[in-house]
Amino acid sequence: MLNFPRWKVIGIWAILAFGILLSVPSLLPPSVSEYLPGWAQRVHVNLGLDLAGGSHLLYEADTADVARARATLIEDTVRRALRTNTPPIDIGEVSTSGGQLSFVVRDPTQVDAALQVVRDATRPSGFGGVREWDVSNQGNRVTLRPTQAGLDNAINQAMTGAHDVIDRRINALGTREPTIQREGTNRILVEVPGLQNPDQLKALIGRTAHLEFRLVDLSVTPQQIQSGRAPIGSQILPYAEGGPGARIAVQRRAIITGDMISDARQTFDQQDGRPVVAISFDGNGTRRFARVTQENTGKPFAIILDNVVLSAPRIDEPILGGSAQIRGSFTVDTANSLAISLKSGSLPVALRIIEERSVGPDLGADSIRNGIIASVVATAAVLIFMFLSYGRFGLYADLAVAINLFIIVGVMALMNSTLTLPGIAGFVLTMGTAVDANVLINERIREERRKGRSVIMAVENGYKEASRTIFEANVIHVIAGSIMLLMGSGPIKGFAVVLLIGIVTSVFTAVVFTRMLVSQWIRRNRPTEIHI
Amino acid sequence: MRLLKLVPEDTNIGFVSMRYWAFGITGLLTLLAVATVWFQGLNFGVDFAGGLMIEAQFPQPPQIQQVRDNVDRLGFGESHPSPFGDGRVVSIRLPVPASADPGAAAAEASRVQASLRAEFPGINFTRSDNVSGKVSDELIRKGIIAVLLAVFGIAVFSWLRYEWQFGVSTFVAVMHDVLMTLGFFAITRMEFDLTIVAAILTIIGYSINDKIVVDDRIRENMRKYRKMDMGPLIDLSVNEVLPRTVMTSITVLLALGALLLFGGHVLRGFSAAMMLGIVIGTYSSIYVSASMLITLGLKAEPPKAKGGPGRRSGPQNESYDGAQV
Repeated sequence: MLNFPRWKVIGIWAILAFGILLSVPSLLPPSVSEYLPGWAQRVHVNLGLDLAGGSHLLYEADTADVARARATLIEDTVRRALRTNTPPIDIGEVSTSGGQLSFVVRDPTQVDAALQVVRDATRPSGFGGVREWDVSNQGNRVTLRPTQAGLDNAINQAMTGAHDVIDRRINALGTREPTIQREGTNRILVEVPGLQNPDQLKALIGRTAHLEFRLVDLSVTPQQIQSGRAPIGSQILPYAEGGPGARIAVQRRAIITGDMISDARQTFDQQDGRPVVAISFDGNGTRRFARVTQENTGKPFAIILDNVVLSAPRIDEPILGGSAQIRGSFTVDTANSLAISLKSGSLPVALRIIEERSVGPDLGADSIRNGIIASVVATAAVLIFMFLSYGRFGLYADLAVAINLFIIVGVMALMNSTLTLPGIAGFVLTMGTAVDANVLINERIREERRKGRSVIMAVENGYKEASRTIFEANVIHVIAGSIMLLMGSGPIKGFAVVLLIGIVTSVFTAVVFTRMLVSQWIRRNRPTEIHI
Repeated sequence: MRLLKLVPEDTNIGFVSMRYWAFGITGLLTLLAVATVWFQGLNFGVDFAGGLMIEAQFPQPPQIQQVRDNVDRLGFGESHPSPFGDGRVVSIRLPVPASADPGAAAAEASRVQASLRAEFPGINFTRSDNVSGKVSDELIRKGIIAVLLAVFGIAVFSWLRYEWQFGVSTFVAVMHDVLMTLGFFAITRMEFDLTIVAAILTIIGYSINDKIVVDDRIRENMRKYRKMDMGPLIDLSVNEVLPRTVMTSITVLLALGALLLFGGHVLRGFSAAMMLGIVIGTYSSIYVSASMLITLGLKAEPPKAKGGPGRRSGPQNESYDGAQV
């Protein structure tokens, strides 16, 4: 057990050197490390938000919202299909609630035909498509219930879309290294390092940015608007320019929708110099807008954002150039963020923040400094204590502990792990357990010596007996660490990563490496007495 | 140079003979801890209670009453401002907003910040957390599941590896450690948040590590001294590993002490929980789990027939296959 052939010695040193080398890019100050080649720069430990400062936002999609939107969509499809059927099927008492659609077929003899039409219209598309609606009837009332598979599918699509939209919006803001990832079925986690005040970011991400141009319905009387009961084909919406509580009636059919926008940017109004958003339409949008403005010159149209009418300007002349201006009570910042939202497309589902954490860069810097001081003091205390207790053997253990700290950083860098404040605590604790391995070994050697065994036998037995215990103890730590990694959130994970890496590397340094040092010393000096 | 030896070589403490005292006192303390947690509850941080936490750094240490008045005036609930360190950093807690509007928490946070900024110019907001009730419920559930999984997982491991008595005694001792730590947090009213759960998981790991070392030595001595009674055998084993137990505990406590003193206020709760846990864990390895093996009827000569899965094989005697140097 104390026999180390040359290749093994070289191998052990090579592994240690490699591990230490990996830690170098992470330990250099940024001003130096930027001169390293690209591959070396990529091998580095990321600082968590609690150390670097930044914002952590957890969004949750309202799945009922997705179901509602689908029900509205299917209502349109079904209405159209029934209307265009020969003969047309007349329906009434249409309701969409709880994500399901139900209506009454007016002519009882047409129920079977209606069912057929609805089934055809909701048939899954393509091969292997899942059926998205269960169609059933009770007398002449037909009900469409969303299937779970269909709903899951829709939520999944909406979340993928939302992820892409958020990604585009954040990147347009130009912040560095944002993390945007989906969590579970209906959540999206956004982490942006270095951002102290997330208000602008939140305004940007959370905006659904569902833009529509529609004609104002002038046939609706003020009494109807007052009572909130719109005639068929129109809708009453809040009107931002009209003062608090103002409402206006608009047509249901949109002239322009958000997906027809090819560009949007913040600019200033030429007349009063107020911030506005200038938008340009794509080919389809340009044609439609030109046609509608030609036909409706002199009438007002409404610019609707997220179901609020921002403004309702009058069409003075046909607009053929394919561009328009959105006015509202904007500041430069809000106009800019609206422009970004419009350009990045509308969010397919409303998102709300369910968890928000932000750490200022000052506190982060404080934490790093405190963490470093604490680690240095802890390391020094442990190293001195080990030396005082075990002399030469303590020094070997100290060397192992010090190298181990570098190797943990190296392995973390290789895996691009994130170092958090609990991670620093993990470092300190790993040092404790790494030392425990050497304490076990050295105490065992002391015991064996006391029993009168020779130096070689004592060292040999010390390592052999202790190794078994160390292995078992580390299995325990691996179990605890894995559970933290799997179940834990945020801070717990950061701690577990360091702990798990530390367990593996510390077995190597505390057992294999020190055994090599001890055996080389014994072989060189052949001591008959050891001071331990 | 004389080397440091914390535990004299001829130490022989009769741990087993005082086990009834130990059981009594331990049981009483554990009951007390459970009762405190039950009746007084834990001082949950925003992670588990939900709500808002804003941490502000003032140019000079402010009057806490002034801060409290400033925030309470806004009518969002009691703000519980509490100062840290040199008194310049103050943390402010607010409950989950009553409104169901998802933007409510963020709006509250900005209003609190604006109000404080108006009264205390030069204030700097270093940290802000807001956690909805939904997320905090999930975090509690996940935390409890993680702790239970860890305790069970490890108890099953030691049961498969040794006799069932080791599994049971380890389980009981570790539950004792967890409950005592919870009791400590209930009594001191220190804030209980996610990092404390990490601390508890680590205490579990450490404590079991400690028990493994003791149990391992008991197993070894059971093979070595087949005729010895369980009582003296356990005493012998615990005394043999005592130097190691003391050494390791002190080293880890040294490291944690550095973390407690220099690690900043964010890590203070974590370090305190860990230090306490180390002491409790070490105590329970000796007085709870080891002594309990007798009560559970562990026999000096384990039945030969029991070849449980994962039973250790290997050298079972004291012969050595000569060292090569």
